[in-house]
Amino acid sequence: MASDDIWILGINMTKFGKHPDLDTVDLAAQAANAALADGGVTMADMGILAAGNLMGMGGGIGQQLQKQIGQTGIPVINVSNACATGATALRTAIMALKAGEADYGLAVGVEKLAGAGLLGGGGTPKSDKNVFEPKGRYGAVTKTDGRIGTDTMPGVFAQIGMEYGHKYGGTSFELFAKISEKNHSHSTLNPLAAYTKKMTLEEIMGDMMIAYPNTRPMCSANCDGAAAAVVVTGAKLKTLSLEQQRRAVKVSASILTSDPWQESCQVLPDVNTLTKSAAKQAYEQAGVSPADLDLVELHDCFATAELVHYDNLGLCEEGGAVDFFLSGASWRDGKTPVNVSGGLQSKGHPIAATGIANIWEICHHLRGEAGDRQIEGAKVGLAHVIGLGSACGVHILEKSAA
Amino acid sequence: MAAVPIVDYLVLGDEPHLVAKECTSCGARFFDRRNNCASCFATEFKDADIATTGELKAFTIVAFAAPGVPVPFVAGVIDCDGTSVRGNVINTDPDPEHVTLGMKVKLATYVVGTDDDGTEAIGFGFEPLEA
Repeated sequence: MASDDIWILGINMTKFGKHPDLDTVDLAAQAANAALADGGVTMADMGILAAGNLMGMGGGIGQQLQKQIGQTGIPVINVSNACATGATALRTAIMALKAGEADYGLAVGVEKLAGAGLLGGGGTPKSDKNVFEPKGRYGAVTKTDGRIGTDTMPGVFAQIGMEYGHKYGGTSFELFAKISEKNHSHSTLNPLAAYTKKMTLEEIMGDMMIAYPNTRPMCSANCDGAAAAVVVTGAKLKTLSLEQQRRAVKVSASILTSDPWQESCQVLPDVNTLTKSAAKQAYEQAGVSPADLDLVELHDCFATAELVHYDNLGLCEEGGAVDFFLSGASWRDGKTPVNVSGGLQSKGHPIAATGIANIWEICHHLRGEAGDRQIEGAKVGLAHVIGLGSACGVHILEKSAA
Repeated sequence: MAAVPIVDYLVLGDEPHLVAKECTSCGARFFDRRNNCASCFATEFKDADIATTGELKAFTIVAFAAPGVPVPFVAGVIDCDGTSVRGNVINTDPDPEHVTLGMKVKLATYVVGTDDDGTEAIGFGFEPLEA
């Protein structure tokens, strides 16, 4: 192993779901302590802590976590990058190691979202006297959500999938529902998923419509959860035990992008260009191609989103996402298994935890520890997240040769 | 009766239309103010009228929204002669039989509400272009 490589030494995710008796800090502590134990290290070894939480108890989740599991005076960086927050925390810790500032880093993402309901819509209520006065960047005299398009996440991502269908053809309500059918089927093998119930196509299509073509089970599940990872430099890993070296997972690429200007990005977020850019950089950095991937965890915040990311991540040729899915390639017994964890639609999406939890899933398979849902012989995996605004994280991970 | 547009980029009058701030350097268009063009960083902008007809290139039928937002409604992105516009598809049934990708639409206005001074707020949407 090269001295300047970065490795994941320990990693953990909590059960995703409802945790009424645990607050944000409790959940973060559970994941962080388990990741440290998994790596055979303690807080005393950590040289940097990067932590993220979006909807929680207010400021400084990193410092709050230290008070729960160990205050050592190391630098703490609290990150906030929408649904890419966890991936950004991990990348921040990795950058500190690459800069030579630390030998070990800890990255944590945590969220409490159970029962949060619809995200993204609404707006501020009007004042007592009702007089139309232009306010804000668009001089709006009243709320525009629902009058000039939709601010809701299910609606925004529905349009993103429909836009792909308009450009390349082949999409339908049924096609998007079939993607959800796959992920709910996969989830039955994942004991940490929030929902582990297999659903038929009829059940998915017949469920409550949220934003056509996304019905409720085609939307990511709001839930509680945390995930944490310990990273280590190659130089330090060489000094650790053979067992630690064998279970360590190589971070072959760690990429973060934002959305470059595109003509329509001011009216509908462009989740494609920055994902394509991140994927291209990641494949170059890791020296692998999409054909080398044994499994992929991608950001299926809605069934309509999963489709476009097959294309964005280069899993198929441009415009070929529908054919790629219909070939069965993304099922767990297919050519490129996608979201064998059940994905965000069933595993759940505790926002800031998601970008580390998907890396935990990949590591679990590369270590050969995924039990019933193990992808046999997995050597290379890719984890992708995207947060609107926008931020995209792509990590490529490889099994240790030790 | 006095009337105000729902947003400042809607121009009322005999021929209601949308107006954007167009970068004089690269032609990128914005519905809100920018210090620099997000595409080329230039600082000069001029007003540009947006075509009032276009093609629906993405849509969703929102059935579940924030409290106070009437559902169902059709939210979409309309390609108005090269400029993408966000708006609702109105004056047709909000279902996949009546709203389809690629359908031709045109801008239409309607009264959103009236305030305590009797001023009407005028909104806009896009309705199917008659064949």
